[in-house]
Amino acid sequence: MNVSAQSAASALNPKAGMDPTAAKDQIRDFLTILIAGQKFGIPVLQVQDVLGPQRITHIPMAPPEVAGSLNLRGRIVTAIDVRKRLDLEQRTDGDGHEMSVVVELENELYSLIIDRVGDVLSLHNDFYEKTPATLDPVWRDISMGIYRLENELLVVLDIPKLLNSVHIDS
Amino acid sequence: MDDLIAEFLTETNESLGELDVDLVNLEQNPNDQDLLAKIFRLMHTIKGTCGFLGLPRLETVAHHAENVLGLFRDGKLEVTPAYVTLIFESIDTVRVILAGIEETGTEPEGDDTALLKKLDDVFNKANGDDSAADELEAAFQDAPGPEEEEKAPESTEPEATDEDGKKKTKFEEAESALAAVEDHFADSELPDEIRLIDTEAMAEEFLNEAESEEQEEPAAPPEEPAAAKPAKSTPPKQPAAAAPPAAPRGASAEDGPKTSAVAAQSLRVNVDVLENLMTMVSELVLTRNQLLQILRTQSESEFTAPLQRLNHVVSELQEGVMKTRMQPIGNAWAKLPRIIRDISVELGKKIDLDMRGQDTELDRQVLDLIKDPLTHMVRNSADHGIETPEGRVAAGKPETGKVILNAYHEGGHIIIEITDDGRGLPLEKIKTKIIERELATAEELEAMAPQQIYQYIFKAGFSTAEKVTAVSGRGVGMDVVRSNIEKIGGSVEMKSVEGRGSSFIIKIPLTLAIVSALIVESGGERFAIPQLAVRELVMASQNGDNRIETIKGTPVFRLRDALLPLVSLKKLLRLEHRQSGKPGSAAPPMGKDELLDATVQEIAQESGQKNQYIVVTQVGAYNFGIIVDRVFDTEEIVVKPVAKILKNIDLFSGNTILGDGSVIMILDPNGIAKVTGEIEAQDTLSRESQSEAAIFSRDERTALLLFKAGDQAPKAVPLSLVSRLENIRMDTVEVSNGQTLVQYRDRLMPLLPFNHGVEMNGHDDKPILVFADQVRSMGLVVDEIIDITEEIIDVQLSGHSGGILGSAIIDGKATDVIDVGFYLKQIDENYFKDHDDTPFQSETSGASSKNTVKKRILLVDDSPFFRNMLGPLLSAAGYDVTPLENPLEALKLCEAGARFDLIVSDIEMPEMDGFAFAEKIKTETSWRDIPMVALSSHATPQDMDRGRTVGFHRYIAKFDRDTLLEGIAQTITEYYTAKQAEKAAAGDNANEGELI
Repeated sequence: MNVSAQSAASALNPKAGMDPTAAKDQIRDFLTILIAGQKFGIPVLQVQDVLGPQRITHIPMAPPEVAGSLNLRGRIVTAIDVRKRLDLEQRTDGDGHEMSVVVELENELYSLIIDRVGDVLSLHNDFYEKTPATLDPVWRDISMGIYRLENELLVVLDIPKLLNSVHIDS
Repeated sequence: MDDLIAEFLTETNESLGELDVDLVNLEQNPNDQDLLAKIFRLMHTIKGTCGFLGLPRLETVAHHAENVLGLFRDGKLEVTPAYVTLIFESIDTVRVILAGIEETGTEPEGDDTALLKKLDDVFNKANGDDSAADELEAAFQDAPGPEEEEKAPESTEPEATDEDGKKKTKFEEAESALAAVEDHFADSELPDEIRLIDTEAMAEEFLNEAESEEQEEPAAPPEEPAAAKPAKSTPPKQPAAAAPPAAPRGASAEDGPKTSAVAAQSLRVNVDVLENLMTMVSELVLTRNQLLQILRTQSESEFTAPLQRLNHVVSELQEGVMKTRMQPIGNAWAKLPRIIRDISVELGKKIDLDMRGQDTELDRQVLDLIKDPLTHMVRNSADHGIETPEGRVAAGKPETGKVILNAYHEGGHIIIEITDDGRGLPLEKIKTKIIERELATAEELEAMAPQQIYQYIFKAGFSTAEKVTAVSGRGVGMDVVRSNIEKIGGSVEMKSVEGRGSSFIIKIPLTLAIVSALIVESGGERFAIPQLAVRELVMASQNGDNRIETIKGTPVFRLRDALLPLVSLKKLLRLEHRQSGKPGSAAPPMGKDELLDATVQEIAQESGQKNQYIVVTQVGAYNFGIIVDRVFDTEEIVVKPVAKILKNIDLFSGNTILGDGSVIMILDPNGIAKVTGEIEAQDTLSRESQSEAAIFSRDERTALLLFKAGDQAPKAVPLSLVSRLENIRMDTVEVSNGQTLVQYRDRLMPLLPFNHGVEMNGHDDKPILVFADQVRSMGLVVDEIIDITEEIIDVQLSGHSGGILGSAIIDGKATDVIDVGFYLKQIDENYFKDHDDTPFQSETSGASSKNTVKKRILLVDDSPFFRNMLGPLLSAAGYDVTPLENPLEALKLCEAGARFDLIVSDIEMPEMDGFAFAEKIKTETSWRDIPMVALSSHATPQDMDRGRTVGFHRYIAKFDRDTLLEGIAQTITEYYTAKQAEKAAAGDNANEGELI
């Protein structure tokens, strides 16, 4: 899965031309992830790695979202339980095969524990919407907007906010 | 920029740094020929290198400075501060030019004629009385200044001579060159500047040149610019070199190889390369650990031997790489002597800079970062802190001020102290400034302790210097210092006593390093404890002597003859909550009370468990034990900082990856101590004011054992007096010869009930406070141990019944402070024969009732027992007592600027006896005007005489309480009443009458 996600990302990158400040007529790539049935998107360039289940060291006294830390090829990565962060119920159908997406923020690696990783999608700005003002405040905070997909909606995750508010919360 | 020039800049800057130190030394030891030679050589190298790189302006300056230095070296000129200043000026000019080159790559424009003229004047004056022959010779030698050479095309002419003379002997060559020069300079207008020194330089250059030609090597390597340059452009000078051949050649032979040898032994490596190397080694260490871990699970393996070897190699590699990063802190201090000197000269002060612990090594990155803050602070101390000699004399201090720099390792940190004995921070001025700058209101300041107010100097834009001097007072100050230090994770603390000086304490953590850590397990999870903090490991068994006991739920452990407070890691980290509750549902840190409750449960719950381990940990002077389930081995770990999210968990100092690849948290003993509330360390401010309290001792906290006996009122006794706590079954108590005894540790120990309310029969266990002195002990039977607390003993009501010293507020309750001496005396008048009086007995002394302000007494006695008894006695008598173990500590306090109204000192003490102590105080310290009282068990007339000679005002037998109190009161009265002189005289008479 690691390979597929990354190779897909790299294959799509060239034509994507990821310039956030560019004009409206823009196609952007997102790695889609699934949490509690909801599809989220992470800008693909922010994704460092996709991991399967890992041995995680619990960190006593840490904020509740912090699931622990793990060793990723010699680097220590802080694991964030995204379900907790998003005020979602703990997974009950967990088969122990949860996955993580590793992102980097301010030179630190974070592994976001999610349910499942999906495809990489190239999405056109035409399908982009601002985050509805009526959304749950926690969600509104971490959302950079919504993409209308064919059958469902994709919430774009604002990674710095997702992690920064962890900082603030703690 | 040209690589060569970059190289040159680095090298020259280093050399300049060395020069600074050397020149200051030179001023102090003008006759140190070695030093002179060294300084000269350095200057010469700078000059030579400049020439090679085509930096005429720089070369001229260096050249002229070198001339003057040559005169010093040859003894033609005496080194005086004026001359040293001149040389400094030249060096500064060199620096300015260097800075220009660094920026633009070329020499900056500028006019040095004023400086050059000064140098030349000195040079000429010194040579004015030289003989005519010398002058003649000098004229020849006075080759054009380098800048002239560049301009004078004729100077290239002799080069042909040089080339022709390649195969000639030096003398022949010199002769021909001499002729050429003679011709050339016959009608030149020359200043009669004599460059005798140059002869040596030239000889050296000449030799080098000859050498390089022989080897047919281009003189390109940067180490040899001095040689290369003359080879190209200064042949006219050679004759001078040849003229007095013997001496210079000796010097050059010595010089040449030396420089090249040094060059061969060290090379410059980019820091990034080292950084990378370090990272790689860290990873290698981790991998090695991993391999070793695997090896442990294999019983027999062919990998065993090679892995062991790998292990050793990696360890050594690691050590080696660490070393490349470490530099002695002295490197960062190299500039300071010069700075201090400049300040002394400019401001007319006398300042001694005392640098200690220069060899303390620290990471060079850290070193670079603290260099500037340090310089700034030392400058501040010298500029603002130290007074003028007149001011100092008027304040009763030695004329020469002292700035002390001290660096040392402490608990994984490096501590740097900058202390001066100057005027300290002016509190009122700071207050005015704070209000002026609207940093706080007058009302707010009213409520603050002086130490809190001092912290404002760390705020932006704060400077208290009344006038801006060249060195400081520009308003960019301590705030920059603080932010710089904090940037590298350090902290800076400040203490000051007005009139006595101030001291800054910089604490820099040793991050990035590989440390050795003890791996422990608690609640099924592993943690690392830095080995540095671990003193020992103790296994506590469930029963028997080594068990964990509780006092109101607080676990404690008897470690030899002391009680060790304990902390359960499982409770502290709430590990059992996690096991039972949801995983990862960590809760906020517990308050102290919750913690205690949790611990009670744990103790109860785990009492059925097998053995537990206690990691005895030391934080500063505070020892405590951490209860863990299991202890594994120690492992070398690379401390990696924790993620930002976890930064505010005080309990962890970092995390790391173990040999088996798992991530593990590193416990921070400081943090644990903090969270468990055992040491004072909340925020910086309170810590500062508390450490202040500890040092300058107004309100020293005393650990007190609280208990109940007879009635419900809590009683307290200083914990340090209690040797042990025991539970003894009352039916094991025996009576012999009218005394209640119990068999304790194979001896008979007399027992006393605390008062009549305490029953000593029945079959119950009763807690016993055991007081012991070396061999003998006694037990005091009480009803219940309540708690151990730390309080300032402030006996407010003096007791009237026997055995009670008085009442104080402890833990918010009126508590009787008991008089241990009273009970000791009850057992046997001579029981503790060394301390057989009852100093704990309460008595309001005349001193305290007359004076509203408590008099401060410094008590120096090596016997802890006596100290602990006399301390409370004096407190009860209304004094503010600071007990110290030995005179050396007292002298430290003196240096730190503490003030007392009276010093009471024992005579027989190890290291330094009372006589030596008094002598030192009376002759050398700022305490010379403080009256001193001697205490001794051996009061022979000779001793008394000697005591008086060295400066004791009174000599009192150690165990005579009444005389002691009276003596102290009298001494103080005599010294501090209005009719001081008169009374002092009268007191001397009275004094004699009182001597025992």
